[in-house]
Amino acid sequence: MSPAAPANPAAAAVAAVAAEYWAACRRHELVIQRCRGCGAHQFYPRILCASCASRSLDWVRASGRGTVASYTVVRRAISEAFAARVPYVVALVALAEGPTMMSEVVGCAAESVRIGLPVEVVFDDLPDGVTLPKFRPA
Amino acid sequence: MAADPSLRGRVAIVGAADTEVGAVTRLGPNELCADAILRVLADAGLAREQVDGLVTCNSMAAPLLYHAEAMAEYVGISPAYCVSIGAGGGTTFTALHQAASAIANGICRTVVIAMADSLRSGLTPEGALAVQASSGHPEFERPYGATVPAYYALIARAHMHEFGTTPEQLAAVAVSARQHASRNPAATMREPIGVEDVLRSRMIADPLHLLDCSLVSDGGAAVVLAAAGRARDFPHPPVYLLGVGEGHSHEHISQARSLTTSAAVDSGRRAYAMAGIGPGDVDFAELYDCFTPVVIVELEDLGFCAKGEGGPFVAEGCIAPAGRLPVNTHGGLLSHCHPGNPGSMFALTEAVRQIRREAGPRQLARADLALVHGQGGIMSSHCTLVLGSEAAR
Repeated sequence: MSPAAPANPAAAAVAAVAAEYWAACRRHELVIQRCRGCGAHQFYPRILCASCASRSLDWVRASGRGTVASYTVVRRAISEAFAARVPYVVALVALAEGPTMMSEVVGCAAESVRIGLPVEVVFDDLPDGVTLPKFRPA
Repeated sequence: MAADPSLRGRVAIVGAADTEVGAVTRLGPNELCADAILRVLADAGLAREQVDGLVTCNSMAAPLLYHAEAMAEYVGISPAYCVSIGAGGGTTFTALHQAASAIANGICRTVVIAMADSLRSGLTPEGALAVQASSGHPEFERPYGATVPAYYALIARAHMHEFGTTPEQLAAVAVSARQHASRNPAATMREPIGVEDVLRSRMIADPLHLLDCSLVSDGGAAVVLAAAGRARDFPHPPVYLLGVGEGHSHEHISQARSLTTSAAVDSGRRAYAMAGIGPGDVDFAELYDCFTPVVIVELEDLGFCAKGEGGPFVAEGCIAPAGRLPVNTHGGLLSHCHPGNPGSMFALTEAVRQIRREAGPRQLARADLALVHGQGGIMSSHCTLVLGSEAAR
């Protein structure tokens, strides 16, 4: 078990299949996988469709729109790297295409976030070259 | 020859013991594990050479690559069955499920399950926070800086939104745990608290306050399992395994099919079916309580109340010491202790003590049939046990 939670994905072991996702984020595009067999969209990226087990998947550009499925305002930061950003909103965002992803809601007061809030993607270019998709009220 | 698929009544817990818990600095985590093994051998009246199975879980504070093997070496036993299990808070009962199966299938006769860790003294507060949050997906969750309380807060917030559960109802879980703990000399936190104390405590991750979160502790515990046919040869009254079931729905919370209904539905259904009982038959329950909303979801998913009714059920005092279903009679992870993956071992040893009628000032009048539930990950891995006395067999 790895004892340390990395503060950003550059420190994580980035799986090869997700390279397209992170490259698209650097272009400020949110892409997800769509199954050629059953048409289901999925996130996170996998080598198979989690719905029908087909291995034929395409990358498609997501609308970038979704709604907040749940959220929390983090007041005790995970690490020094996040301490300056307290309070920050960690949310589960249900994308318009169907899949849910974890993200952060930015661009509004933490207290104004609600379940069901319509949101749209924005991109946060981190100093280490990684770009993280986040969401703001739409 | 096909094995009997049902484990009902075939295996019994014939020994149970806890180490000192709380802040324990005189022993490291793996020494605590050895301490738990020695204590449980004494409780069961066993010599080391009579043990032919050892099941452990790894320590976060001092991990070992081959943990169970290292512990067998440390205490000087040479088992025929030796395995470490990792399913978060679900580890303890998953371990029991596998150990019971090993006995029923003749792989071994006498299994010690021992677990310990030192999250409080063996790690810095930041280290403990980080190692627990490492259950988050490394690429798609952890970059957003969620803590474990934050992951569970997502569940709490969804439950509040869907069913109208209130912060006061969440707090009632912590208040009840403290009422039980105040009767247990071994519990770390024994000072009674009220709902207002919980609501006034520091907000960690909305809507979870500090007192909605479990403790960070050192400690360990162990049990001995043997075939039911031998169970009455041991010094204490046997506690029979009457039902066991698991359910595994996801690992990462962003992949959960539901935030408010868990695979405890599956584990509970399997355990009840094996035991031939329903939730209404249970005298008391020990439910995994890493955070207050977890108990509410488990009460619903295990059928003790209707879906969405967990908040009112708790607020009405149903799980308190005098309630109709006493829950976490030792004080739980919220008030007794929580050393990480070994946490629900203490729920197991408490259930054994209650069924043996050794629980002293907190002994329940009716304690023949217990439901014990563990869950790990973020409401991911579930294992439910039904345990009973000789009378309930």
